[in-house]
Amino acid sequence: MTASIRSLAADLRQGKTSAVELTQEYLQRIAQFDDQLNSYITLAPDRALTQAQAADERIANGDASLLCGIPIAHKDLFCTRNLATTCASKMLANFVPPYNATVVERIDASGAVTLGKTNLDEFAMGSSNENSFFGVVKNPWDLNCVPGGSSGGSAAAVAAELCVAATGTDTGGSIRQPAAFCGITGLKPTYGRVSRLGMVAYASSLDQGGVMAKSADDCAILLEAMAGFDPKDSTSSDHATTHYSEQLNESIAGLRIGIPRQYFNEQLDPKMTALLQTALVELEELGAQLIDIDLQQTALAIPAYYIIAPAEASTNLSRYDGVRYGYRCENPKDLQDLYVRSRSEAFGEEVQRRILVGTYSLSSGYYDAYYGQAQRARRLIAEDFAKAFSQVDIIASPTTPGPAFGLDSKTQDPVAMYLEDIYTLAVNLAGLPGLSMPAGFYDHRPVGLQLIGNHFDEATLLRTAHQFQQTTDWHIRRPSLISGGKA
Amino acid sequence: MSVTTSQLTEVATLARLQLETEQAEPVTNAINQILSLVDQLHALDLHAIAPMAHPRDEIQRLRADVVTETNQREPFQAVAPAAEDGLYVVPPVIE
Repeated sequence: MTASIRSLAADLRQGKTSAVELTQEYLQRIAQFDDQLNSYITLAPDRALTQAQAADERIANGDASLLCGIPIAHKDLFCTRNLATTCASKMLANFVPPYNATVVERIDASGAVTLGKTNLDEFAMGSSNENSFFGVVKNPWDLNCVPGGSSGGSAAAVAAELCVAATGTDTGGSIRQPAAFCGITGLKPTYGRVSRLGMVAYASSLDQGGVMAKSADDCAILLEAMAGFDPKDSTSSDHATTHYSEQLNESIAGLRIGIPRQYFNEQLDPKMTALLQTALVELEELGAQLIDIDLQQTALAIPAYYIIAPAEASTNLSRYDGVRYGYRCENPKDLQDLYVRSRSEAFGEEVQRRILVGTYSLSSGYYDAYYGQAQRARRLIAEDFAKAFSQVDIIASPTTPGPAFGLDSKTQDPVAMYLEDIYTLAVNLAGLPGLSMPAGFYDHRPVGLQLIGNHFDEATLLRTAHQFQQTTDWHIRRPSLISGGKA
Repeated sequence: MSVTTSQLTEVATLARLQLETEQAEPVTNAINQILSLVDQLHALDLHAIAPMAHPRDEIQRLRADVVTETNQREPFQAVAPAAEDGLYVVPPVIE
């Protein structure tokens, strides 16, 4: 089972299989393998089979998109009407939204089948998927390692073929880092490209929904269904979308790829450097030009991000008050007690930590020293990228400092965990699109190469990754532990 | 800059979180580690730089000030921990 969306769509049209059969096959695989991974929080078999029947009718009537009948999964941060949406938090463990996220609405309209909701770090806060109320997710390439986070469930499920593709969200690397750790392709679009309506907020000026799949081609097809202006999201952009999946076959000859020396420095593990250099040579052989560039403000990204994201989180998460929805403590003695105990009992350790950091940095007397200063640093980072994009078309960098790390190896050290996102955070601060694609193996664990594009230039990222995937096979390899396939 | 346990207890009150006595010290230590990570920003003179709130430096789109939503009290209150007669139920605020 390493089928692409296009090959499955062809099989469905030729009657080699039906959407119902395909859905049953995936549900069967989940039942068989997900005990080992814990990639799903909620399964929706009845809903999926109803959608699959409708998809079969549409295909029979010749009225179907490529995604019609394809089994996918949503990160459990996207609201799904009448289907639990937990954000991997005790706070929302029983929350069943009365409405759909725009992303869910659009993917449903394409005829895709939703198998269920995937696990994540609580409210998307984490880089290892170990901060989930519903338990840790394991990496299908090595069950002693993390899948990355926060979209760890989506990444593990795609890698282990427990869905064809999945949605994810990315605030500081939450699509790209787990994609790298699980050997799949993941794209965080430009801020404003995909609607945030119904995508539960963590840090509103950084959050962006995106796609996770085996190949750039699959990512392009899913993005096409999701992207575009949404009048219901005031941060949604009306910049025109394009047919991402129709531009993949154009050559990348002459493409200028910037190689930031601050990302490939002596701090990067030499084995990582060697693997990524090989991938860059591959891109050069496809006709791309590698250009040395400077991103001088790189070191500011971590401090700026770890002020801005918690500050926005503390504001966003103030909505969980135990009154209108979500967890409420037993027998509150008064209203303050209801607020305080509901929040303290239902938020996990990392979420509380970020709320505290955010509340502190926004409090009177500290606001300008922390939040104001971080917003100024943010401008320097954005200007740094703007300058780079006057010289190059895209930028290539490591996605992560190393391959997937061991379970429980960083949980006691929040700063060590934060440094895992060192190559991905700046992209969110500047609102740029970023993609991670499989680029080799570090021992038995996959490694990703990150491609960063200019605003709204997802098409070039997807095309570059697709061209790379025409001459390499890293993205086709599947973990033998789970699939019985060949790693 | 670093924070003391008593300052953090005050911050927790603002955030409507409870800092249990036995957690106070480890949480303070963890927060101070995070603050030391972000402290390098304080060494920079960025006064001439305007703060950037939007990642593409754009102004958020406004919509016309007209009612577009219909009343959905019932489905919204159906997910409330406690609701009665169209009202959310909370402990008495005034004794």
